[in-house]
Formats: sequence, C-alpha cells, structure tokens
Amino acid sequence: MGIEIIDPGLATTVQDLGRPGYYHIGIPLSGGMDRLALQAANLLAGNDPGAAVLEAVFMGPQIAFAADRMVAVTGAELPPKVDGEPRATWTSFRVKAGQTLSFDFLKKGARAYIAIGGGIDVPVVLGSRSTYPLGALGGHEGRKLEAGDRLKLGTPVPVKEGRTVAADLRRAPGGSVELRVLPGLYWHRVAEQSGRDFFADTWKVAPEADRIGYRFRGGRPLQFEPRTPPFGAGSDPSNIVDACYPYGSIQVPGGTEPIVLHRDAVSGGGYFMLGTVISVDMDLIGQLQPHTPVRFAPVDMKVALAARHERKALLSKLHASLS
Amino acid sequence: MAMRYSFGGDEHVFVEVDEEMSLNAFFKSLSITNAVRESRIKGVTEICPANASFQIKFDPDLIGPDDMLRELQRLESAADTTDVSLKTRIIEIPVLYNDPWTRETLMRFRERHQDPAATDIEYAARINNFASVDDFIAAHSGSPWFVSMVGFVAGLPFLYQMVERSRQIEAPKYLRPRTDTPKLTIGHGGCFSCIYSVRGAGGYQMFGITPMPIYDPRQEIGYLREFMALFRPGDMVKWKPITLDAYHDAVADVEAGRLAPLMRDVTFSLTEFERDIDGYNRKLEKALHGH
Repeated sequence: MGIEIIDPGLATTVQDLGRPGYYHIGIPLSGGMDRLALQAANLLAGNDPGAAVLEAVFMGPQIAFAADRMVAVTGAELPPKVDGEPRATWTSFRVKAGQTLSFDFLKKGARAYIAIGGGIDVPVVLGSRSTYPLGALGGHEGRKLEAGDRLKLGTPVPVKEGRTVAADLRRAPGGSVELRVLPGLYWHRVAEQSGRDFFADTWKVAPEADRIGYRFRGGRPLQFEPRTPPFGAGSDPSNIVDACYPYGSIQVPGGTEPIVLHRDAVSGGGYFMLGTVISVDMDLIGQLQPHTPVRFAPVDMKVALAARHERKALLSKLHASLS
Repeated sequence: MAMRYSFGGDEHVFVEVDEEMSLNAFFKSLSITNAVRESRIKGVTEICPANASFQIKFDPDLIGPDDMLRELQRLESAADTTDVSLKTRIIEIPVLYNDPWTRETLMRFRERHQDPAATDIEYAARINNFASVDDFIAAHSGSPWFVSMVGFVAGLPFLYQMVERSRQIEAPKYLRPRTDTPKLTIGHGGCFSCIYSVRGAGGYQMFGITPMPIYDPRQEIGYLREFMALFRPGDMVKWKPITLDAYHDAVADVEAGRLAPLMRDVTFSLTEFERDIDGYNRKLEKALHGH
C-alpha cells in the first residue's frame, strides 16, 4: 500500500537530509537541495523533519495513491492538484486512496518537495534514504523515478488538513539573488583586480545546473597570479594537485565559468577554488532556474555564523508553529 | 612544507600540506587525518585526506571555526614527531592494457585530445620518452602505487607511483573532458593514475581496463559485501598486465562470485622506502605473493 509513479516528471528523486560520513571515499551528502523547504513539507505532513520526500525539479510527477495520506508541497511554486482540483502549496491537504496527485506548470523556483504522511519507505543505505544517481546508491534502486515505479510509505501520524506555513516563514524563490561567499581556499591565485571583478559582475545560471553543481556564465574571465606549476598540478593556471572540494566551493575551470558544487558534489579534483558559498545560502541555489541573474557577495565568517543562527531561529519557529 | 589553513565556508577547514605532490606531503596528510579521527573532536562530521592536502567538515554549532582550527594546529605539531610508518594493504589489480573498450571510447573523443593521430597510451609513452608502448606498460606496472586519495565519485582511487620523481609518469588531461568513460578504466592525469569506479565523464588519458569491480552499491560481490568501496587512502596497488583471454576469464569469475582479489596486510615505512626504493618495492612484491 503506497504510491505508484504514473509520470515521473523531469528528474524526481527520493531525498531526505542526506548521508554524512562517507565523503572521504567519494560518496557525497546528497539529500534535498533546499533543506528548509524539505523540513517544512515534512512537518506539514506530520512527519519527522528529516523523513524521505520526493524532490521534483522544474516539472511535477503524476502519482497514483493506494492509501489515504496527508500531503504537503513546498519549495518551488509548483501548484499541486488532486484529481485535477487545485491545492495550495505550503499547506497540508488530503489525498485519498484511488486519487491522483499531479501538478500544474512551474511558476517560480526550481525544486518542489512533496512530503507524504509516513514518509517514503525506501531502504536506508549508509544511514540515509537519499538518492545518489551517479553512484547508483540509495533512493529507489539508486536512480531517479520512472513510470511504473511503486513506492512503499511509512506509518503516518494523524494530523489536520489545511495546516499552513506562515508567509514570513516561507522563502519565496525566484528573481535575482545574491549568494554570500567566504573567499578562501585558493583565492590567492586570483589577480587582485580580477577578484574584485568577480564580485562586481552579474552572472547567470547556465543550463548545466544540477544536483552535482550549478554553473554560471556571463562574468569576465579570471586573471591569475603568475606561478611555476607545482609538480603534479598540471599546466593550466586553474589546476591544482587534486584536492578535496568543500560543499558550496566555487571552482573556475580555465578561469571562465564558475561552478558551485552542491549536495551531490564530486568530492575532489584538480581545479582551484576561490571560496565557498556560506551554508545557509545553499538552499537558495537549489531554487535557481537557468538564466537567473546572480551576484556573488564577499562576506566574512562572522556574517556566515550570524546567518546560521538566524536560520536556526527560523527553523525553531517553523517547528513551534507546526507542532 | 608550511601547511596552509583556510576555511571552506562555515563548515569546512581546508588544509594544503604542500602545493606540489610528494609522498611526504601525502603521508603528512594521512597521519594528521588519522590523528583527527582518533582524537574524536566533537562536531567533526567528515575527515577527508587527499593527495597533498586534506579537509575536515565540522558543525559550527558544536565547535566554533576558530576552535576547530586550533585543534588541527595542535594535532599538526603532534604529528611531526611521530615515525612515518603505516599499517596498510597491498592489492594486485589485473589490467588489460590497450583494451578494445577504452580504445573504442577514445576514438569517439579524438578531437578533444592533444594528439588525435595516436591512442592515449601511445601519446603517453611518447611524451614520457619510452621507446615503445610495451616499455611504457613495463614502467606503469613495474613499481607499486599508493592510493593517495579516494573520491571525485564513489570509490574512485587516485594513485601515485612509488618511484623517484624523475621516473614519475606525467600526462596532461584531455583538452576538453569526455562525456563518457567505460567503468573500470585505468586513467592517468598529471602524475596520478586512477580507476574509474563508475561509467561517466572524465578527462584522464585512458590506458586500459580492469575486470575487477572496485565499487558495488548493491554489495553483492563477495569482497565488497562488507563495504561497497574497495579502496581506502593509504592502500597500495600493484598492476598485473593480463591478456584478453585472462580478462574474459576474470569477468566470468566475477559473475560466478569466484574472484577474490590478491591482497596482503603490510607495514610501510617511509624511511626504509626512501633508503632503497627499488629494493623496498621488490620486498613489497614478494610480500604480495606470500614469499
């Protein structure tokens, strides 16, 4: 008794809050790209905040229910419908056995989180139900969902229909955004004026943007400080001896197009990085559509930690309002 | 070798042990990351040694970034005095050099290569001044390699050959990365070889393929049942050139669940290794074969 995928949408995967502890062998965290939206959806559906949900990107799936469940959709503005009848986002609604959940066209943002009462009950692999498609690991058979897939659900906790997340606790994705960056790592490789240009330029999300990383275009190419290539690094000025990549780190292969690594990050490689997007702003990246204008803003550790505390306060308010 | 510390956002400390690759830099990275693991610092969530650097992921709600940095610097000064010896394993990996699968793939991406008229292994042999591809294979498989990092994708080992710098094989990456690499390809970029654990994009030169799986997320293959990835940083690898027939036999053995990798526990001493590199490598080879 669970759900059946009639149409998977573009790339719908099972995700929870991820799989820490295996990055040293190249298995990334994975999990929802917008962690705040994922937790909000779960709380609305009566689940633990870290229960497994469906993450749909750009296009919603079509799902047949074989059980009565409370459902909530958060994150991107991807309007849900039950047997063709519209339902609100950020608000819990009931889907009965025999009914079909489908979606209207995407209005805003990029990734919607579909929480279902009881959570998606795929096997726990290395401590998580998240899908890591590159490693064929976790989720449903280690891959994005396909038509005909049947998923089991956990035992739901009864909650009321129509509970909603207050407007001030939702974060509306879309429009132009500023991503806060802590400069560092190999920042010293960038020529001084070029470093200022990087933060002054407006970049646009490139079509090559997925769970591994988001690529950006449109700013001026980087100029590097001259050097003799260190042994083992490679001759291009953007090469380093292959090293670990932090989540959120900004690498610029060849100095032209910055890539911000996200939840399914490649864990290391041979490109220099000029800094790291602060952890709080990672959720925001998960909601960026291609061609969205983006500015990178340099901040220090104090700002990063203050943003973290603010986020924690917001999460507690969310918990309090829905428990 | 002055270590360079930098924060990667509010959740990572990135530590460059040295700008250039060397066994010394790798051992320092490995010994400090081992010390971090043993010291069980609260708030540490990931400990990732790399070739000549390492990275610690931490939860700043449990340990402040400055405190995290101080802990690492304390462990760095403690690690300096310890003897560099390592309890590890040496594993034999059979390789079909010049195999039909990587050859088919490299032909598809020829326009992205430095030398479209040659194969990857012919190109690497030439720019490293080997008289023939056979001489190149003899050098590549003649001395063992250290797994100096595991990553990029799940279970992929980066390997650094245990020879003097003058004998290191070096090759650039493809001009533009390929969108395809066969699973279990033996690749090489910079001074590192690797084994592609999964099929996918890649920029390393392709020299051959191994029949021995090194990553199994289903954990069905006997030697990967306990853990899905074979390699850990610090392992040693010795390549064994095999024929096409032996390759097919090994693939059949994998399918029948008969293949067990040849591997031995050994203790590696950097001091003894540096005293007589070829002699030490011969000893390792003997240990591998149980002599």
